Amino acid sequence: MTDKAEGSLLYLDNVSVSFDGFRAINRLSLVLEPGEMRAIIGPNGAGKTTMMDIITGKTRPDAGDVLFDGSVDLTRLDEAAIANLGIGRKFQKPTVFESHSVEDNIALALKGRRGAFAALFHRRSAIEQDRIDALLATIRLSDKRDLLAARLSHGQKQWLEIGMLLAQEPRLLLIDEPAAGMTDAETAETASLLKEIAKTQSVVVVEHDMTFVRALGVKVTVLHEGSVLAEGSLDAVSANPKVIEVYLGR
Amino acid sequence: MIISFLIDSLDRRGRIVVGLLVALALLVPAGNLLVPDGNVLHVSTYQLTLCGKYLTYALLALSVDLVWGYCGILSLGHGAFFALGGYAMGMYLMRQIGTRGVYADPVLPDFMVFLNWKELPWFWQGFDMAWYAFLMVVLVPGVIAFLFGWLSFRSRVTGVYLSIITQALTYALLLAFFRNDMGFGGNNGLTDFKDILGFPIQAPGTRAVLFAASALMLALGFVVASAVVRSKLGKVLVAIRDAESRTGFIGYRVEHYKLFVWTLSAVMAGIAGALYVPQVGIINPSEFDPAASIEAVIWVAVGGRGTLIGPLIGAVAVNFGKTWFTGVLPEVWLYALGTLFVVVTLFLPRGIVGLWGRVVTRRAAPAKEVDGSGRQAGEAA
Repeated sequence: MTDKAEGSLLYLDNVSVSFDGFRAINRLSLVLEPGEMRAIIGPNGAGKTTMMDIITGKTRPDAGDVLFDGSVDLTRLDEAAIANLGIGRKFQKPTVFESHSVEDNIALALKGRRGAFAALFHRRSAIEQDRIDALLATIRLSDKRDLLAARLSHGQKQWLEIGMLLAQEPRLLLIDEPAAGMTDAETAETASLLKEIAKTQSVVVVEHDMTFVRALGVKVTVLHEGSVLAEGSLDAVSANPKVIEVYLGR
Repeated sequence: MIISFLIDSLDRRGRIVVGLLVALALLVPAGNLLVPDGNVLHVSTYQLTLCGKYLTYALLALSVDLVWGYCGILSLGHGAFFALGGYAMGMYLMRQIGTRGVYADPVLPDFMVFLNWKELPWFWQGFDMAWYAFLMVVLVPGVIAFLFGWLSFRSRVTGVYLSIITQALTYALLLAFFRNDMGFGGNNGLTDFKDILGFPIQAPGTRAVLFAASALMLALGFVVASAVVRSKLGKVLVAIRDAESRTGFIGYRVEHYKLFVWTLSAVMAGIAGALYVPQVGIINPSEFDPAASIEAVIWVAVGGRGTLIGPLIGAVAVNFGKTWFTGVLPEVWLYALGTLFVVVTLFLPRGIVGLWGRVVTRRAAPAKEVDGSGRQAGEAA
């Protein structure tokens, strides 16, 4: 099994998990190459969010292998350890630290030592400040840096959260429905932001919005009832009769 | 290095608070000892002791606010740490009595002689030495809080469930300390103290020093709390309060941060209890009463949680009200307290400090209010 995992960034093999007898994930297998961007689509209850939970350590699978970097067993680690390995996660509902300023949100997410005592005596260095400034520019929030995050619009919160993910300098980004609740203009801008990010990092995007997935223009995996139904370009999977039946046709 | 780190951590408002507390530590005892009776500026010993008691309550409130206001852990059992610190001090004061007790036993406190105990239990050993007792004031609440926190935070007990088990903790200790065979004086607790550090505990000079110590310890607690809250660690605590899972997914070990602030807070509560006992002259199991812990939470809510000055104002204001009410209309007090809590929860979510912040911003710059008010209210030290 590890032969196939070699050289991959993320490797899921035969993963299953049940909640009270309901099989949320059923023998799911998925391989992501380093530097790849992948879109995951599927109807409600297909297991997209559960899959994210398994990768980030929130849920333990009942069976199967989840390997990062070809060898690190993610099923044995907790959320913080997985985050520090270089896996960042964006939630469906934007979750930022509302009573902190935009700048502090980024500063907290910035890659660095995570221990309590290190944090107690931490002083922000010039290098860190430069990094924060650069990130604020990337997510187009430089002029809002002193604003409390609670005062941002929905779309701006989504960007701030993406900025926080980038600040962690992850090797893999998991992004859950980034375009949900966004205006068309914001959706287009988010797609271009993600494409920019994908130049340097591997990205997995879960999305419902087909125009958004089309704008990304990447390989698509279709989930259905907890396992992979089809994989390929968006045009190829859209033409797949099984996919049409469970998802696109209705 | 530590000192400069602590002083740097104070903002302008924080320096004013610390300055006021230091002034209080000097002026109130001076008003008691130096200003003759009958002068307007004279502070009676009764008032001095009462205010000293309020200051220890303020330190307890500050410790509750540190975990509740800044990290979102609603402790309904902080009175337990206050009482444990108080008992450690009480044990020292009991051993100081020596042969002046009713039974004149040089080693055993009166209640042990009364229970026909022949020798001092192991956990009473060493409490005749002040340094050991003072170490225990810090260590006992600290270690118990650490163990309790380690078990519950690691198992991810949060929210209302954690609040309930903190109630259970203090209630369990209440029942345990009521028992005579626990060796802490049972129902009556520890009292009839004579000396502290060799000075007669009832003497005006001793009382003045105890008051000053309470004010200075509150100032120190304030400085430490301010250093913690304004550090990056403090920002992580607020992050945990607002979005716990996000904090974990960024890579912070949430349970470690909670454990740090929880243990620090328990130690502060223990020190408050240790200063409270010599001033009121007694410690008994009623300090473990769950209602006492809930009252401390009300002080914080009334003053303004998530601010450092709020708990100080709340503790003093509510207890002043309590002293006044229980003197004039004793049967009304609990209703008044309940009403106060409901009113604050409904209309003043940020307490007195929040109300003050609103008044100030409205007066100062009604036009600029849009961006500034939330932040100012949130950061009012």
